[in-house]
Amino acid sequence: MKTAITSTGKDLNSTIDGRFGRCSYFVIYDTELKSVEIMPNPNKEAEEGAGPSSVRFLASKGVKKIVSGEFGIKIKSLLDSLKIQMIVMKTEDKTIQEVIDLLDHN
Amino acid sequence: MCPRPKRLRKISDPPLIAGFKPYGASDRALTREKVFLHFEEYEALRLCDHKGFSQVEAALAMEVSRPTLTRIYARALQKIADAFVNGKQIIIEGGKIFFDSEWYTCEGCGCFFNHPDKASSVEECPLCGHSGVSNYTEVPEEIQEKSCRRRRLRRGQMNP
Ligand SMILES: [Zn+2]
Repeated sequence: MKTAITSTGKDLNSTIDGRFGRCSYFVIYDTELKSVEIMPNPNKEAEEGAGPSSVRFLASKGVKKIVSGEFGIKIKSLLDSLKIQMIVMKTEDKTIQEVIDLLDHN
Repeated sequence: MCPRPKRLRKISDPPLIAGFKPYGASDRALTREKVFLHFEEYEALRLCDHKGFSQVEAALAMEVSRPTLTRIYARALQKIADAFVNGKQIIIEGGKIFFDSEWYTCEGCGCFFNHPDKASSVEECPLCGHSGVSNYTEVPEEIQEKSCRRRRLRRGQMNP
């Protein structure tokens, strides 16, 4: 199961990025393979539609869950239709490593 | 029991445009930079300055508390001033998802999550695996300030 985490930086000590569509990086963690993939968000500077574009980007990577600080209003129905689960983590000082550790308890 | 908030910041008229771009810029203008004006900030500005509402009236229209409205409005002005002074673009977008009965909270890690797979039931947290999950009923602090005044009063009566 692949989970995407929005990240402020490109290493695992970076914190969760509070903005889904315009986050700096996406970290994709595969709970079965324990593999981590870190990629810059191609939509960070998009003029409009950063949220939907980011959803499509993550869907193409096979992501089933997304952990972020917040999601835009228009995103929920799109994610629902793709059966991608949203996880909102309000404590944005959590690091990516801490989120991965939480996921590993599954 | 308190009713769940049906919506957060109510926006009655969507903006006609997606944003503004500066023109006739000097070398020092930051025309490539963007300021992101959230929908609720646009709405606060529209109500207060275009429709001439008082902040109290605007707060009622948007179903937020007056201090929250003041904060949203101040942010709107600050962003627009930044764009005007520095010659940045303005992009109108965003705003946060609202929490409704489709949301769950986890006692273990404190996250909120939805459950798109309606066929199965919610048994554990999708993040930490904790089994102490409940349907969203408590209003967390950030969300609370956006709920309506009536709700706030009722809460006050329940917990004096
Ligand atoms: Zn949890």
